[in-house]
Amino acid sequence: MDSANFEPRIVGFLCRWCSYTGADLAGTSRMKYPPNLVPIRVMCSGRVDPTFVIKALKEGADGVLIAGCHPGDCHYTSGNFRTLGRYTLLQIMLEQLGVEKGRVKLEWVSASEGDKWARVVKEITEEVRKLGALNWDGVVEQTKQEVAECADEKVKI
Amino acid sequence: MSEKLKIGLYWAASCGGCEIAVLEIKEKILDVAAACDILFWPVALDFKYKDVEAMPDKHMDVVLFNGAIRTSEQEHLAKLLRQKCKVLVAYGSCASEGCIPGLANLYSRQSILDRVFKETPSTDNPNGTMPQLKVKVDEGELCLPEFYERVDTLAQTVDVDYFVPGCPPVADQTWAALEAIVSGKLPPKGSIVGAGEKTVCDDCERKREEKKIKKFYRPWEIIADNEKCFLEQGIICAGPATRDGCGTPCIKGNMPCRGCYGPPPEVVDQGAKLLSALGSIVDSTDPDEIQRVVGEIVDPVGYCYRFGLPNSMLRRAKVG
Repeated sequence: MDSANFEPRIVGFLCRWCSYTGADLAGTSRMKYPPNLVPIRVMCSGRVDPTFVIKALKEGADGVLIAGCHPGDCHYTSGNFRTLGRYTLLQIMLEQLGVEKGRVKLEWVSASEGDKWARVVKEITEEVRKLGALNWDGVVEQTKQEVAECADEKVKI
Repeated sequence: MSEKLKIGLYWAASCGGCEIAVLEIKEKILDVAAACDILFWPVALDFKYKDVEAMPDKHMDVVLFNGAIRTSEQEHLAKLLRQKCKVLVAYGSCASEGCIPGLANLYSRQSILDRVFKETPSTDNPNGTMPQLKVKVDEGELCLPEFYERVDTLAQTVDVDYFVPGCPPVADQTWAALEAIVSGKLPPKGSIVGAGEKTVCDDCERKREEKKIKKFYRPWEIIADNEKCFLEQGIICAGPATRDGCGTPCIKGNMPCRGCYGPPPEVVDQGAKLLSALGSIVDSTDPDEIQRVVGEIVDPVGYCYRFGLPNSMLRRAKVG
């Protein structure tokens, strides 16, 4: 795709208690930020299974944002600490798999931080725009070479 | 007299361990031999590919296919055997989900060839000779199979009827699968046979309390307590994300589960699930400490996708 016209598709997983409310605040306060992120509300950022992130990337997302309560503020006491551990490991693993670091991000956004939400979405959108489309299907299909006419019966030894 | 069952065995990108695993059923192999005629088994008997090509379609009742698909020869044989048999079984981890050969999906074809034929310290190749598909010699033209860009599982190449997981499948489960085939009591197509329906943790006899750790250890860095859960000792164990049915021989030998029986039912991506388990057991409420402890895990892909990269959601790394 033409990079000038490239619009990144970003999937956001937002904790229901802090970040989703924060995003709501950004909306009701009429703050402007890019429309590239599709928000998905989850009960806790700790609910975000790495499978969700990988599935999003595989199925066409160019980036993924996980947003939860600040450390210490989790509605369920410790959900976001688990998120942090999983996310840290997932980042290392995705890098091994050739997915650039900037594509998957974890941010703490509280219910009162509508301005931070707008900024975070702006940042990830710009970063992913620079990285370009991920197009994982293309990565998988970058594959079989032309099979030589070398089927077994033609092998002469 | 009823006719004997006609079976075939083949190996593709595999180590040969699955072939040995077939023999691990010991004297029961005589029961198999009594019930079956072996029509194709390159590792043990001198059959030629042209013998298989000469068979009518669906001539063999069952083919146990082990190994992943890495070369054009393996793809050709997978397609040929699919055509010549009634029931095709992906036998072992390589055929089912890619296994160790599948870790090559972290690299490009070119970088693998360069590494093997040019870069390893023991390579002596001053002229930079690389494998060619065809080469002319006095006696005629010699051909080699094409080495593909990627490793695929058997089911990504042809239609597969049953899967027997394991690296290698344990003897009891091999026998259970063979018995089901011999007796004709076959489960629905696409089933995983010779394995359980839960996780290795469900089968594990070790003491479990709370999984809260301060550090991850590699097996050689610590002497493992042989009664306590490995994860609670900080040793990475793939038990929570692995299908049961093996009888936990590794754990009984005081080594953690490596995950060779693949994902448990309902789990799409074994690596993501294991990663999820590992990332959430650090005993700390300090973000820096959590990141440091988790960051010390060396090679997360190697741990989490040791046996299933080609069958995982992403299937391969983005390279080049």
